[in-house]
Amino acid sequence: MNVTIVDYQSGNISSVINSFTEVAKGKVYLEVTSDIKKIKSSDKIVLPGQGSFKSCVDSLNSISGLADTLKEFAITNKKPLLGICVGLQMFADIGYEEAETKGLGWISGKVSKIDNQKGKFKLPHIGWNEIEIKKESKIFKQIKNKSHMYFVHSYEFIPEDKSVISATTNYSSNIVCSVERDNLFGTQFHPEKSDKIGLKVIDNFLKL
Amino acid sequence: MLKNRIIPCLDVKNGRVVKGINFVELKDAGDPVEQAKIYSDGGADEICFLDITASNENRETIVDIVRKTAKECFVPLTVGGGVRTIQNITDLLLAGADKVSINTAAVKNVDFVKEASKKFGSQCIVVAIDAKQVSENKWEVFTHGGRNKTGIDAVDFAKKVEENGAGEILLTSMDKDGTKSGYDVDLLRTITNSTNIPVIASGGVGTLDHLYDGIVKGGASAVLAASIFHYGEYKIKDAKEYLNSKNVSVRL
Repeated sequence: MNVTIVDYQSGNISSVINSFTEVAKGKVYLEVTSDIKKIKSSDKIVLPGQGSFKSCVDSLNSISGLADTLKEFAITNKKPLLGICVGLQMFADIGYEEAETKGLGWISGKVSKIDNQKGKFKLPHIGWNEIEIKKESKIFKQIKNKSHMYFVHSYEFIPEDKSVISATTNYSSNIVCSVERDNLFGTQFHPEKSDKIGLKVIDNFLKL
Repeated sequence: MLKNRIIPCLDVKNGRVVKGINFVELKDAGDPVEQAKIYSDGGADEICFLDITASNENRETIVDIVRKTAKECFVPLTVGGGVRTIQNITDLLLAGADKVSINTAAVKNVDFVKEASKKFGSQCIVVAIDAKQVSENKWEVFTHGGRNKTGIDAVDFAKKVEENGAGEILLTSMDKDGTKSGYDVDLLRTITNSTNIPVIASGGVGTLDHLYDGIVKGGASAVLAASIFHYGEYKIKDAKEYLNSKNVSVRL
C-alpha cells in the first residue's frame, strides 16, 4: 500500500512524518510529496496543516492542480483521505482566520474563532482534552470514549450537516474535533502527538 | 475538559543531560533521548529541552538530539535555549520539535516573535520570560539566566509578546528557580490574569504541592519542573495521581 503525506509547505510536518513512519514500519510505503502523479497513484492521502487557514489554503493553491487532484481523489473517487488540524479545517467552504478565505468546500460549513467567552478561556486551546465520540468511526476502532488527544488551535470547524461529526471535545463549548463522511476523515486534534492512543488512530487509518 | 499539563524539563549541555535522572534502569544517565523516552512512557504531557550549551559550535548537537527524540517520543516536544534566528527555528522544527521557546531574542526585539509566529504559526512559538521581583507586585524581565537586568516590566512584556503572536508564555521566577520553595504564585497570578494565552509555570518546584499551587493559585495551564523528576524523588505518575486526588484535572 502507498500512502502519501502531502507536503505543500504547510508548516512543520516533521511530527506527522515521524509518527506515520513509526506506525507504517515495514507494512506501508510512505511518500512525502506534492507531486500530482504520485498523489494520484497513492492508496491513501494524509493532508496535514499548520499555521493559519489562509496560509494553508494559499500554499495549497500555489501548487498547480493540487486542489483538483485531492478533490478527485477524496470526493469523486471516495478514496481515504485524512486531514489533520488545518488539514481538516480546509474541508470547509470558508475560513475567517487572518482574512476571509475560501476553503476546499468538501464539507459545507465554516471555520471561525473559538468563542472564548470574553477571555474566560485561554486561546489557543492547547493541551490534552477528552474526546466525546458521537458516532461509530473507522478511525476510532478500539479507542475508548473520553480518550485524551492533544490539541493546539484557536479556530474551529462548524459543519452544517451535523451527521458528519464523529467526535467533539469540551472547552469553552463543544468543539467539533473529528469528522467522517464516506472515506473522508478529519481530526482537529493531532494524532501524531497524542501518544500511543494517537498512534492507534493512525494505525486505524492505515488499516482501512 | 482541558487537562493541566505536567512538563518535565531536561537541561542539555553539549549534547548531554545536566542533572540527569538517577534511575537504575538507565543505561546512560547523560543521554537526553533515553531520558525523554522514560518521561514520555511515564505519562509526561509534553517534554521540554533547554539547551544550555554556551558555545555556538555545539548548536548542531541539540538539533541532532531533537531529531533522535522525535522518532521515539510521540508527545509534544518544546525546545529552547539560544533560539535567535528564523533559521534556528526552521532547523529545530525540521528536526521534529513541535514548539520552540524564545527568550533573549524576544527581549531584544519583539518583532522577532511576530516574524516567527507569522512564519510558523503561533502554535509553535513559546516566549520564555525570566522575571525577578523588584518591588511589591512588580517584576522585571531578566536575561542570561537572571544576570542581566533589562528594565522591562514583566507584565507589560507578557502582554506585548501576546500581541505579537506568541502562543504560550513559559514564565520562570528567577527568585525561586533552584530554591525548591515553590513557584512565585503572585507573579504567576499577575501574568495569568493580564494575558489571554496559556502560561507555563516554572522555577522553584520542590514538592508536589507546589505543582498544585502553580495551577490552582497561580492559574497556570501547565507546570514545568526539572529536579523533582530528575532525581527520581517523584515520577510523573506520582504528580498526576496527587493532583487528581486534589481534584485538579490531569491526563491519567
